[in-house]
Amino acid sequence: MNFLDYTLEELHEKLVNKEWTAVELIESVYEKIEETDEKVGAFLTLNKEEALEAAREADKNGIDPNNILSGLPVGIKDNISTKGVRTTAASKMLEDFVPVYDATAVEKLKQAGMISVGKLNLDEFAMGGSTENSALKTTRNPWDLTKVPGGSSGGSAAAVAAGQIPVSLGSDTGGSIRQPASFTGLVGMKPTYGRVSRYGLIAFGSSLDQIGPFTRTVKDNALVLNAISGTDDKDSTSYRGETPDFTENIDKGVKGLRIGVPKEYFHEDAKETAIVSSVRQALDEYKKMGAEIVEVSLPHSKYGIPAYYIIASSEASSNLQRFDGIRYGYRSENINSLEDIYVKSRSEGFGMEVKRRIMLGTFSLSSGFYDAHFKKAAQARTLIRQDFDKAFEQVDVLVAPTTTSTAFEIGGKIEDPLAMYMADVLTVPVNLAGVPSLSIPCGFSEGLPIGMQIIGRPFDEQTIYRTAYAYEKATNHLTKKPVFKGGE
Amino acid sequence: MAINEETVKHVAKLSKLEIDEETIQTFTEEMNQIVEMVEVLEELDTEGVEGTYHGLQQTNVWREDKAVKGTDREELFKNVKTQKDGYIEVPDMFDNGEGQA
Repeated sequence: MNFLDYTLEELHEKLVNKEWTAVELIESVYEKIEETDEKVGAFLTLNKEEALEAAREADKNGIDPNNILSGLPVGIKDNISTKGVRTTAASKMLEDFVPVYDATAVEKLKQAGMISVGKLNLDEFAMGGSTENSALKTTRNPWDLTKVPGGSSGGSAAAVAAGQIPVSLGSDTGGSIRQPASFTGLVGMKPTYGRVSRYGLIAFGSSLDQIGPFTRTVKDNALVLNAISGTDDKDSTSYRGETPDFTENIDKGVKGLRIGVPKEYFHEDAKETAIVSSVRQALDEYKKMGAEIVEVSLPHSKYGIPAYYIIASSEASSNLQRFDGIRYGYRSENINSLEDIYVKSRSEGFGMEVKRRIMLGTFSLSSGFYDAHFKKAAQARTLIRQDFDKAFEQVDVLVAPTTTSTAFEIGGKIEDPLAMYMADVLTVPVNLAGVPSLSIPCGFSEGLPIGMQIIGRPFDEQTIYRTAYAYEKATNHLTKKPVFKGGE
Repeated sequence: MAINEETVKHVAKLSKLEIDEETIQTFTEEMNQIVEMVEVLEELDTEGVEGTYHGLQQTNVWREDKAVKGTDREELFKNVKTQKDGYIEVPDMFDNGEGQA
């Protein structure tokens, strides 16, 4: 059983036709994890007993022929709360934390009949772009085990790319779904801010965070987004509007569609020229299919990184105040006073990158620097958002590379925080503007996948999926499979 | 240098973090690089531009004023490290002259 060989619809059909039972399917997930995860290191926690129980239940009640997700396995990024299953955010701070409720996105997947099989590695508190900041485990890229899987949702990406599971959930604050999807040859969606409830997602940058799915195919991705979207009374920032069926018109094609090419996102002098040339080839493909290609400008793009690191870190410094060693989470043993509980628990519980961001955020919000930093960044954010608004007056979607490099060496950038930050240049403006963006595979460079992002108008994920689907059907990138090259 | 070691110590204190001398040096260097990088924003003309502080332009979200059952108290205490008589137990907050907590 290899999930790389089947779409969700095909798996569903086999369950409905009783070629496989849900129990067999779930057992095969754990076999595959057993077989590959020593190399890949995607999972932090497995909940086998619970998952098998849910599968037995699904077999007993019968698979709902009208519900594609029923009885299918899913993995969850470990910063998304799962009731009764340890949720660590890959931090020593939460190493033994067991949530007493499910995140809304998880609850919705369970309602749709999906079976959560375990929790996936990430950069501590989702801060990072390589999953190397995990306090608990190293995750490797299934295409080349000496390379990072990307981050922060590196475990979510690696598990699907390795064929352990067909679907996972990740979270994206500045590219944490799209960049790992790009590094591992997957489809990864950062929905419009507000599309998916953030209830139960361990907060990082609350005005930027969104949960979204990783899948092998575009339609699979749309099916999962269907299940997790919607208004939630428990998240006042969840969107109050309608949730459409994201698979509707997915096969309508791109004839007459206006595709914008943001010139600031195409660094022709970049080190890895294969990335820009692959995306240009994809644009040629779109042109052949009848789309109109229009060059556009997002003039404030270069302010994305500075604005993002100020805003995200400021929000993080505020959100992470809750980790005080009192109600839950790590508590230092070395305490003599109440102040010690706070200071020593935080100092021993948080890793370096988390401390760095808390410090940067605290600095940006501190007296004397607030105007020059936080306020200025918020104004830059307005200008970046307006860039997208203006572009979408001319075009229906934007197409650009997701990253400036393919997956890099483990250990390659971790000593240089600034280089790691700069690598997010093509993904953070999307989070600042709140717009949706999907990364899909568009080629290979020296055996490593290249990703292309399709950015859409707010709440128009439908057009994004339609655009992505047309390209996927016209190309054959999916026929290549990870080879687990290298490693020890 | 926008940030010196004193600033880093001050910010650490505000952040309720304890940082050893060696890390203070590293953080001073790294934060200077980061602050230098973000100062490119200074060249941006933001006269009269309103800041964006939210992900979604949606205000005044109300729910119906209806009583619903909350999470069970015992459930909520499951992750509490030390407790006594239904309260979270912490060390002494004030020095009462009797020494250690």
